[in-house]
Amino acid sequence: MLRNEAHVRTATPGRIEIAFKRQLGSFPLDAQFSVPAKGVAAIFGPPGCGKTTIARCIAGLEHLPDAFCGIDGELWQDETMFRPPHLRPIGYVFQEETLFPHLTVQRNLLYGTPKGEPMLIVFEKVLAFLGIAPLLDRSPAHLAGGERQRVVIGRALLSQPKLLVMDEPLAALDRCAKREILSLLECLQKQFALPMIYISHDMADIERLADHLVITDHGTVTAAGPLHVLQTDPALPLAASREAAVSLDAVTAGYDRRYGLLILSVKGARLLVPAAPLPPGVHQRLRIAASDVSLAREAPLANSMLNVFPARIKACLPLCPGELTLLLGLGSGGSGAEILARITRFSFDTLGLENGMDVFAQIEGVSLLTVSGPPLPAITASTPAEDAGQESAAA
Amino acid sequence: MGRFSTEIWQSLGLTIELASLTTLILLIVGTPLAWWLARSKSFWAEAVAALIALPLVLPPTVIGFYLLVLLGPSGPGGLLASLWGGRTFAFTFAGLVVGSVLWALPFVVQPIRNSFVTIGNRPLEVAATLRASPLYAFFTVALPLARPGFLTAAVLGFSHTIGAFGLVLIIGGNIPGRTKVVSALLFDYVQASRWREANQLAGGMVMFAFAVIILLTLIEKCCGTRRT
Repeated sequence: MLRNEAHVRTATPGRIEIAFKRQLGSFPLDAQFSVPAKGVAAIFGPPGCGKTTIARCIAGLEHLPDAFCGIDGELWQDETMFRPPHLRPIGYVFQEETLFPHLTVQRNLLYGTPKGEPMLIVFEKVLAFLGIAPLLDRSPAHLAGGERQRVVIGRALLSQPKLLVMDEPLAALDRCAKREILSLLECLQKQFALPMIYISHDMADIERLADHLVITDHGTVTAAGPLHVLQTDPALPLAASREAAVSLDAVTAGYDRRYGLLILSVKGARLLVPAAPLPPGVHQRLRIAASDVSLAREAPLANSMLNVFPARIKACLPLCPGELTLLLGLGSGGSGAEILARITRFSFDTLGLENGMDVFAQIEGVSLLTVSGPPLPAITASTPAEDAGQESAAA
Repeated sequence: MGRFSTEIWQSLGLTIELASLTTLILLIVGTPLAWWLARSKSFWAEAVAALIALPLVLPPTVIGFYLLVLLGPSGPGGLLASLWGGRTFAFTFAGLVVGSVLWALPFVVQPIRNSFVTIGNRPLEVAATLRASPLYAFFTVALPLARPGFLTAAVLGFSHTIGAFGLVLIIGGNIPGRTKVVSALLFDYVQASRWREANQLAGGMVMFAFAVIILLTLIEKCCGTRRT
């Protein structure tokens, strides 16, 4: 089946299309998916389930027969051809530290820069973005974990890639460096607009970074699609898991200076979140955990809760004998953004809840995931660089 | 200095010339060989590795004997020599170089192979994802990272060539000015009970060997501190 498909397939512009199939040691690899060649696509799965193999196949480091790999209109592999890794415009960040120990930071950075070609990603911009200008003459042995990972990311960027592949880039870092690199990766997306495949077993990272999600289980891709859709899909294990949460893209709609509350608008609701002021129209990613949402039949009168919205129950998923996860559509009629709520079976029965019923969702906790600048290019261009510069100067 | 006879100077020069040339050839031949041995998974790699390692276990006279047959007038070496109008490679400096190269090959290939194995595949994969062709990655990543192995290989290759005795006696023939190297000369002196010269030569060799090893150790140490 794959054989016939691969024969007629051509690489579609704007898509990352992958089909790798092979018996690999103890488990079969069956990775077929298509995601947009824009934004961050995360490949999620437990450790040791073949995520790295997928990344290596995309980079051409692994050569499986009868495979297909088309990246944004460019064919990298099909039945009849295989582009060797050094001819693929890819920026690959490995799990462990991979700077060349015999080269200085500067020569590491420039190792993959194509000679005699126009550079879309210029050296100075990368230096400023990553805040690594003071490190140029150092040897990699004299860098801290976070600094090292910055140089690795810079080196990948300077090889002028059309696709970034990051294989658990935070795995070898301590918590502090992890946070620093994670926010760097968020800004990177805005600054360089490169499609990225981000591999992780940590849903928390993915909730912050990813636009699209590919779920793998024992070498098999079980689902692929927009992050929010997969998070709330009743058929997938994410919604029914204990850590279930949704990532929502909200736009700031105002700021209440008197109470220090940020007003964030999502489809079907306006959320109030205590936060630092932001100008209107800024995109913010929110995370709402299922455990932070409770339900009421009637609109509560006196309540300390800020965020109470009409919603409709769209699905009920049993979590364990005592608990249920409910899929809610915000807004009257449930046509707005979808969130998850975890309640006890006891409350479910006592309140007489059922599928399709209109209720009130009380959201107790909203976390702001992105702390980004306003979407004006001039300002976003300088903000992360300054931040990074200050951080490394302090370090 | 002036106490050394011309005989000793001549043979010393010849020895150093032989060892330098042999080391150079060994590094040029040994590097691709070690690379292939380090990365190939085929049975043939192990077979070739065993073949290369033969001088480690065989008496040098055995190698010398076969080389004499191969390089002599009726062997392939003789045929090759006839292209230059010569009759044989045996008892010539060229023959001595060929013999020394084969004799010291395991001492050069093994450390280089080991350091290639130690580097592993990862740095080369990293280079490949940074647009480096396999050849470019070899010269810019594999070779510099394997440098300690190369230094060890060079020291071992050099010293084993100087230390070869049975082999050079058989295929060199101990001809003054052409194949009479220091180890063979020392043998002559001892045979003739010329203890003073034998002492000078042996003592000089010990000091020279010591100096070479110290020098290389220092170079490696210097490079090491500069790098980290």
